[in-house]
Amino acid sequence: MPYAVSFQQVSRHFGSVRAVDAVDLEIEPGEFFAMLGPSGSGKTTCLRLIAGFEQPTSGHIEIFGETAEGVPPYRRNVNTVFQDYALFPHLNVADNVAYGLMIRGVGKAERTREAEAALEMVKLPGYGSRKPGQLSGGQRQRVALARALVNKPKVLLLDEPLGALDLKLREQMQEELKVLQKALGITFVFVTHDQGEALSMADRIAVFNEGRIMQTGTPEEIYRRPKTRFVADFVGSSNVLSPQLTERLAGVAEWSSLRPEDIRLGAEGGHEATVTGTSFLGSATRLTLDVTGEKISVLLPSGGRVPEQGKSVRFSWNSDALHLMGAKA
Amino acid sequence: MRSDKQNRTPLGLKIAAGIGLAFLHLPILLIFLYAFTTEEKSYQFPPPGLTLKWFAVTWNRPDVWEALGLSVRVASISTVIALTLGTLCAAAISQTKFFGREAISLLVILPIALPGIITGISLRSAFNLAEIPFSFWTIVLGHATFCVVVVYNNAVARFRRMSGSLIEASMDLGADGFQTFRHVILPNIGTALLAGGMLAFALSFDEVIVTTFTAGQQATLPIWMLEELVRPRQRPVTNVVAMVVVLVTFLPILAAYYLTRDGDQISGQGK
Repeated sequence: MPYAVSFQQVSRHFGSVRAVDAVDLEIEPGEFFAMLGPSGSGKTTCLRLIAGFEQPTSGHIEIFGETAEGVPPYRRNVNTVFQDYALFPHLNVADNVAYGLMIRGVGKAERTREAEAALEMVKLPGYGSRKPGQLSGGQRQRVALARALVNKPKVLLLDEPLGALDLKLREQMQEELKVLQKALGITFVFVTHDQGEALSMADRIAVFNEGRIMQTGTPEEIYRRPKTRFVADFVGSSNVLSPQLTERLAGVAEWSSLRPEDIRLGAEGGHEATVTGTSFLGSATRLTLDVTGEKISVLLPSGGRVPEQGKSVRFSWNSDALHLMGAKA
Repeated sequence: MRSDKQNRTPLGLKIAAGIGLAFLHLPILLIFLYAFTTEEKSYQFPPPGLTLKWFAVTWNRPDVWEALGLSVRVASISTVIALTLGTLCAAAISQTKFFGREAISLLVILPIALPGIITGISLRSAFNLAEIPFSFWTIVLGHATFCVVVVYNNAVARFRRMSGSLIEASMDLGADGFQTFRHVILPNIGTALLAGGMLAFALSFDEVIVTTFTAGQQATLPIWMLEELVRPRQRPVTNVVAMVVVLVTFLPILAAYYLTRDGDQISGQGK
């Protein structure tokens, strides 16, 4: 079985800007794959390369074993949910959803039936006669999803589709998208800058920075065993310890990461630090410690005693919590 | 701000505004009035009597029909040319980025900023140089220069409001360029094109200056009126024709105004 999407040394340069720089990527069929990275890291360009809106400067792209270079977007069995939804303002919801079917020459009756089924799938039954302008942001997002899915694409591309929604709606949509993806078995490729979203939804994540993939792996791997300082810092803001500090604390002169929630405070044992700041987050309290000039943040569960600012404390961690990343990470 | 308390306009200002409006529009009413006068050699005021006979006279004058026919044909073809070129140009300028884009945009708009007499003289010498005989088509070409601008301005404003991802969405859903144009672009810029086309038609229909330089022996309706004014024969016929010209040009402009009212202002109606 070929990969759903595979990139071999794919680059896309805009003038002197290397938006995508020699990327290798393999996405399995049926996978929920997230491309995570800050803005300008090349993740959206990668998505556009799969959709066909961009052509690679060099390298080779395959979609289900078929060469994708030079194939225009309208001949790819791939559909996109756009960041701004891009619903056609002059068409009502049903015609928006049925657009792809209409282009393919599907008859009116069947079109209407399939569009209604797709709307039902995204929990908007009976909304067909409304205009996009009359819908809320969350509803537009569902219409965009239905419009893409009605074509039964082999790969569904989602470009930060939840970015414009409020927190509550976003969490609900994350859940629904996951359920929908499992039910349909379609490969989802999801672009996001929100690490929480990527961790909670994806089967696998590729972390992008400056046009390159820093690390690919399951959410667990990315979270627990970051390969580079960038990944450790970007995915869940882990503490990145310098080789000097790691040597002092663990005896190895390598970069390392230590998750804030893995650190415990105690009276005896461990290492000494000074509390330089505290902030209450609700379910936990974030403490900033100063360890010989380096800042380390610690998450303490709520309810416990919180040391005051300026106090000296001792901290320790389970031996496997400190993750070494090599000398040049 | 105290403007909410001062919405009563001083009487003096009201009178001044009234006089201003009267100055602008009374002459037009006078033109209409003289279409009904019984005196045919000079415009004396007040008219000695009123009659409808000039409408019948105008109806039976073949030279009027000839001029009207020519004007309608010129305006229609100029509008079609303007719609095609103006839309293509607007699409290129607003959908892509390339070196010199702003300069080209300016060059497209320039003909409407240039005095008509300059456009006229330059076209005339260009036609002479290229040894193109003056004909129906040279008039059309002359008119197309400024008609393109009107369509372009309306279309480019609408294109800019249209989200670029709509076109990508259409392609993504399987539509090629032509299908995308038909199903997405055209419905979204349709009213702008209609408005631009109507304005272009109106502009062409009452154009005198460029036409004087690019026409051969033919007379469009405005040219015919100009010639008719110096002859002291059946003068009110000119007034009847003037009423027709006002109707034919005013109605499209009014329609264009309503079509684009809730969007952008109609660009280029000042020519």
